[in-house]
Amino acid sequence: MNLDTIVKELDLKVLSGQDRLDAEVSGGYVGDLLSDVMANSKEGDLWFTRQIHQNIVAVASLKDHAGIVVIQGAEPAADTLEKARKEGIPILASARPGFETIGRVFNMIAATKSPEEADI
Amino acid sequence: MTLREVKDILDAEVLVGHDQLGKEVKTAFGADLMSDVLAFAKAGSLLLTGLTNPQVIRTSDVLDIAAIIMVRGKRPSPETIRLAEELHIPILVTQYILFETAGKLYTKGIVGCVERVDDERAFS
Amino acid sequence: MWKGLTTNVLSHDAAIYENSFPVEGGTFDNAGHVSSQIKALLTRMKLSKKVVRRAALVTYEAEINICSYANRGRIHLRVTPEHVTVEAIDEGQGIADIELAMQAGYSTATERIREMGFGAGMGLCNIKNFSDFFRISSEIGKGTHLKMVIRIDKDFDGI
Repeated sequence: MNLDTIVKELDLKVLSGQDRLDAEVSGGYVGDLLSDVMANSKEGDLWFTRQIHQNIVAVASLKDHAGIVVIQGAEPAADTLEKARKEGIPILASARPGFETIGRVFNMIAATKSPEEADI
Repeated sequence: MTLREVKDILDAEVLVGHDQLGKEVKTAFGADLMSDVLAFAKAGSLLLTGLTNPQVIRTSDVLDIAAIIMVRGKRPSPETIRLAEELHIPILVTQYILFETAGKLYTKGIVGCVERVDDERAFS
Repeated sequence: MWKGLTTNVLSHDAAIYENSFPVEGGTFDNAGHVSSQIKALLTRMKLSKKVVRRAALVTYEAEINICSYANRGRIHLRVTPEHVTVEAIDEGQGIADIELAMQAGYSTATERIREMGFGAGMGLCNIKNFSDFFRISSEIGKGTHLKMVIRIDKDFDGI
């Protein structure tokens, strides 16, 4: 499933990386501690965080994330967005509570997988 | 749903609070930043977190969190467990990452909570 | 920086309970200990859950600040029939620019503090948002003084 499908389904606001919404989303990761996200997230993950400083762009770029969803109503700093545009990293924002956004994306991803894999 | 159902959904291990598995929970909040938990989490919610230090217990005590779900199989220190026992706050450990933990609970009907500060204020 | 109540009733009503609790600075070993104690005390006084929770929350954020940034400090609790007043007074580096420190997201926290889940620049905002009255003053090289007042609501059922 590509990022654009999630953006449309959840009505996410696209703050950067409009031209990278065709990225394939293979999983999700939720984390606010950059060292944890660096160590444990996977390529193709959609990363949910409330961190907004520009280091998130570096982490998403290094880990080849499909994109970043900023939750809990946090608004990325201007330099974060500038860096994300330069590096072509999609940053998305949701108006809903983080838990619900995460839950819905989890269901969408699970639905694309085989019943054994989905495990819900 | 009860904490016992939460435990089953997440294949979780109960470290503290075996006697509280009948407790009802409806909402959850997932975060690694305690200041966010303090700002947003509702009393009686589940706290899903990747942190395992004693401050998680203190924060939960201050906010009347129903139970703490520690994700990704991370086990807390004996000090953290001791404090949770002292303050009667259940700790469950699941092997799932926070994304899957939140997803599974959401699928089974737990809802998110963002408590607005203004709602809580009781101005006369 | 003042917020909230304009009347000067805060020190006039008689205290039902008043006590000071020392807080160790520069370490997380006992961080939150005083807040738990104060929460238990207020619960025993049969204050409403909301009041207890808000008072515990602002105390906790203030205590974490002392543990994170100061050499030592104390938390002073005063309960009257109408208000819970919490003051956090520390000896430490002080805050150079209070307005900047009050901004959401601004923080001078070290990696150690961040790993504990703090230092996201929310502490003082939380304190301000959850108290009915908030005052902060600080002197560089000396320390910081926070004063938070929570109003006890009308359905208050006696102590």
